[in-house]
Amino acid sequence: MAALKHMLSLGWDEVRETQDRDSMPTLTVDLERLHEALEVLKRDCGFETVTLVTAIDHSPSEPRFELVHQLLSIQNNERLRLCCALRGDHPNAPSCTDLWPGATYMERECWDMFGIQFDGHENLRRLLMPEAYGHHPLRKEFPHQGIEPDRLYREWNRERIQRAEAKTSQEGAGR
Amino acid sequence: MGSLKEATTRDDESGFMATRVNELLNWGRKNSLWPMPLGLSCCGIELMAMIGPKFDIARFGAEAARFSPRQCDVMIVAGTLTWKMAEAARTIYDQMPDPKWVIAMGVCSSSGGMYDSYAVVQGVDSILPVDIYVPGCPPRPDALIDAIMKLQRKIERENPLRRVLEGPQELDESGTGRLDVPANSMVETHSMGTYRTDSGLRKDQYTGRSREKN
Repeated sequence: MAALKHMLSLGWDEVRETQDRDSMPTLTVDLERLHEALEVLKRDCGFETVTLVTAIDHSPSEPRFELVHQLLSIQNNERLRLCCALRGDHPNAPSCTDLWPGATYMERECWDMFGIQFDGHENLRRLLMPEAYGHHPLRKEFPHQGIEPDRLYREWNRERIQRAEAKTSQEGAGR
Repeated sequence: MGSLKEATTRDDESGFMATRVNELLNWGRKNSLWPMPLGLSCCGIELMAMIGPKFDIARFGAEAARFSPRQCDVMIVAGTLTWKMAEAARTIYDQMPDPKWVIAMGVCSSSGGMYDSYAVVQGVDSILPVDIYVPGCPPRPDALIDAIMKLQRKIERENPLRRVLEGPQELDESGTGRLDVPANSMVETHSMGTYRTDSGLRKDQYTGRSREKN
C-alpha cells in the first residue's frame, strides 16, 4: 500500500498494517503520534476527507478503547482506516478538527457516546444527549434501558409545576 | 334534538329547538376537533394521509390541523417520543386551551414499541393524559379515523356543564381538570381495514373477502 510505504520511508517503524474482514487497509499507530500520522496522510498521501471518527469499547480488556479514523482520498480513489489504542476509562485523544473541520460533529458524538475527550476541539459539547445527562450510552457498562432516563424530564417538570403554582398564588394575592 | 327542518321552517311562534346544554356542547365539540399534529416519525406520514383527500378526515369535522397549539384541541402524538423531545411535547400540550384530548398513535407513543431504550419515552402516558391508544406500526389511516370516532363517542359522555355549575374542579394529575371522564377510560382494540355487512359479517375493506374467524 502506497500510504504505508510512504510512512515507512519517513521512518515510521511502529506503524503496523492489519488485515480486516472488510478488506479496507488498516494501519495501527500509537496515541503519541496519532495526530502526526493523520497530518502526514492528509499532506502527502492525498487523504483530503475524513469520513468517520468513532471508537470501540473493548471492555474489560486493556487498553480499553480503540479510536478509529476512516479516511477517503477522492483523487486516488482510496480508503484507509487508522486505529489507535486508548488506555484508561476516561481517555484523552488529539482532535483532528484542525486538519478536517468536518470532524467536529463526529468527535462530539464520540465524546457523547464514549466519553473520550478530544484535546484541541474548540466546542466539545454533547451532540445527541442532553448536556446535563452525565452518562455515555455506548459504553459497555451502560444498560440498554438507561440509568434514570427520565431524570432530566422530571427535574424540568418539577420546575414547571413550581412556576405555575407561583404564578397562581401571585394572581391570587393581586386580587 | 327534534327535526331541524320542522323547527326552522314553521313561521308561527316556533323557530327554536329543545335540547340539553351538555348534549349541545358535546355535539359542537366532537364535530369540530382540531388536531395538533405532533408527527415525530413514520406515523406522521400516515397522519398526513389521514388528513389528505383520500381518507378525508373532514368527513368527521377534524380536518383543520393547526400548527399552533393555541388553536387545537386534540393532540395526536404520532411517532417515537424521546426524552429530549418530551419537554417540548409537554409544553405544547400545556399551551393548548381546554377542553383538550390526546391520541397516542402507534406502538411507539403507546408503549415505547420496539425502542426499549434509554432515549425513548416508554409510552407518552407517562407525561401526558392519553384518551385513545391506536395500535399499529404505523397504524393505517383507517385506524386513526377509528380513533377519532371513538374519541367522538367519548366526548359525547362528557359533562361540560359541571365546571360551570360546580366551579373549577380539583385538578387531576395532568392538570387538565377533566375528572368527569377519567383519562384512559376508553381503551379499545379494533380490526383494521374491515367493515361489517348488513348480515353482520366482517369483510376486508379492499378485497371484500370474509375476515370472520372460523
